[in-house]
Amino acid sequence: MPDHNDFIHSEEFLRQLMRRQLRLSVACAATFGGGLLALPLFNYFAPDLMATRVGGFTLSWLILGILFFPFVWVISYTFIRRSLSLEKQEAEDALKHNREA
Amino acid sequence: MNVDPWILVFSLATVVVTLYMGFRSAGKSKTASDFFVAGRSVSVGWNSAAISGEYLSAASFMGIAGMVMSSGYDALWYPVCYACGYLFLLLFIAGPLRRFGAYTIPDFAEGRFDSPLFRKIAVIFVLFIGFFYTMPQMKGAGTTLAYIFPGLPYWVGVVVVGAVITFNVALGGMKGITLIQAMQYWMKMFAISVPIFVLMAVYGSYGSNLGANTTAKEAAPIVQTVERKPLTEKAPADKSWIAPFGPLTTKAVKNAAEALPQEQRADFLAKYQKPYSLLYTYSLIIALVCGTAGLPHILVRFYTNPDGVAAKRTTMWVMILIGVFYVFPPVFGVIGRNLLPELYAGAGAKGTDKIVLELPVLLRAKYGTLGSILSGITCAGAFAAFMSTFSGLLVSMTGALAHDVYGRILKPNSTPGQRLNMFKLCAVIVGTVAVLLGCFVEPLEINFMVGQAFAIAAASYFPLLFVSVWWRDMTMKGAATGMFTGGLLALLSAAMVNVSTLALDKGPMGKLFAGFAPLNQFWAAHPLLRILCEQPAIWAVPLAIILMIVVSKATKKTVPADSRRKMLVLHAPESLGLKQEYIQEQEMPGIDA
Repeated sequence: MPDHNDFIHSEEFLRQLMRRQLRLSVACAATFGGGLLALPLFNYFAPDLMATRVGGFTLSWLILGILFFPFVWVISYTFIRRSLSLEKQEAEDALKHNREA
Repeated sequence: MNVDPWILVFSLATVVVTLYMGFRSAGKSKTASDFFVAGRSVSVGWNSAAISGEYLSAASFMGIAGMVMSSGYDALWYPVCYACGYLFLLLFIAGPLRRFGAYTIPDFAEGRFDSPLFRKIAVIFVLFIGFFYTMPQMKGAGTTLAYIFPGLPYWVGVVVVGAVITFNVALGGMKGITLIQAMQYWMKMFAISVPIFVLMAVYGSYGSNLGANTTAKEAAPIVQTVERKPLTEKAPADKSWIAPFGPLTTKAVKNAAEALPQEQRADFLAKYQKPYSLLYTYSLIIALVCGTAGLPHILVRFYTNPDGVAAKRTTMWVMILIGVFYVFPPVFGVIGRNLLPELYAGAGAKGTDKIVLELPVLLRAKYGTLGSILSGITCAGAFAAFMSTFSGLLVSMTGALAHDVYGRILKPNSTPGQRLNMFKLCAVIVGTVAVLLGCFVEPLEINFMVGQAFAIAAASYFPLLFVSVWWRDMTMKGAATGMFTGGLLALLSAAMVNVSTLALDKGPMGKLFAGFAPLNQFWAAHPLLRILCEQPAIWAVPLAIILMIVVSKATKKTVPADSRRKMLVLHAPESLGLKQEYIQEQEMPGIDA
């Protein structure tokens, strides 16, 4: 690839690009990780609450065995929507900058 | 031999359809790109079904139900983390990895660090993880065939299934396998869900079957209307089965307590049981979530996507397809505990591992043919499970040998035609080795072996991909040190627990590993160390990442010169046109032309 001096190949663009995408990914990961890591803590510190029966399930079983899956689907759907619109915006910004430069 | 004709028909149909599709697509696979990455043209729908089909292995289809039955709540972490590990892949790895445009993970490793040496290290890990993962699949094949044909030796099943798949992969490569795996996902989904719905209609719902477990707190009398046989001696008690921190996570501490004098036991348990179980649970979560994002045979599938956006969409659909599937195996375990507690008495393949195959048989006594048809369907699903995972592993290992070792290291000037022939030859070699290994692992448990492959992947490939995608100052030396140390230590510590378990085996394996028996006394005295060795992820993953960062900082001068351009290729939106396939399609090869 030849050397470029336009905005797309600049340090500034790359930094901005990676920082924005990483921020989104980390936010989604934190939501997921929070849920995943909190569940054992709840089981540990509030065993009576988590042993409550809901339709035969204990609360702990209901959350982990069934409800956890939709929780993750929602996170991944949100991530993809935001990440795609972020990419679109980045591409537009970059091309605009390039034309101005 | 007393073979149920329905079971035979359904299982044979799975094999025949698999072979037919392999033949059909063999005619369409012509280029190297077809063989390695299916021409990079697989649509989101097909690809997500194919990845799901490949991922749902014998461990998912049979192992999880068995594990939930034997360990209860503790085992639920397996299906959940198997499915949710894809989120890490989606958030941090899928898009950038696809944009890099390699054929295999070793390609990425070499390209990212401009280092042919690093390719060799990466290839070693592909083979390591791959063979670790094929063993449980082969075990699933052997036990299912032995179940269908009572009296058939275990190794015959391994050889037959191994031969069928090897033939298929050699014929059609990745393109052929993609269609087969996609179809096999739907077969598995059908095979696990239909019998469940019938069983729930006959024997009561998920919730009421679970509600039959009386706990100390509440007897749940309203839902306790389901049929329930008395639990056998070896079954865990209701209370510990349904409670978090049950038999699986408290094993090490319980063993240690038993070695103590009677009066100290209660104190010891009260002090250590729950905190150590919490540690075990967290380590298991890390191993499974990070391991999923580091399995080479799954990662290689992402290169079959047309672009990074498709790779992200595919990942989301995979999570949905797999998540729906994983709701079902625990139901088998729950109903099985009530209806077939006698399985607790058996060990390994004769025990809870075969609950998925056994449960529909109960209906045969009640409704005749319906039970046979249903167990035929579950057998077909089990077939699809180990066949599709083994195909995927075979493709990724064959790809590593044919593309990385032969095409890049041994003979870089080989023609594409030579490489294709090498692909076929390597498929046969890898298939043969896998079958041989499979013949030796009969005494080991399916889910256990898979867990080890995950721990190694979590401590080697996941840190490599995660750090090298998001940190541009990573050097080859840093990456190699972290990956090698983390992966190897995880492997060694897991193996130590393995050999000490094998030493207790009453069969021939016990004699072979008898020298390691004293290790068990050491474990009993140090339950914490046993947990850290059995589930190494909690220290191995951070260790690998820290090593990568520290060594990279120390070798700052060797950061690849064009790391900025590489980062741009990894992260810039495709519409900017910066994407450059690292491996480009070469001219059409001459073998079929």
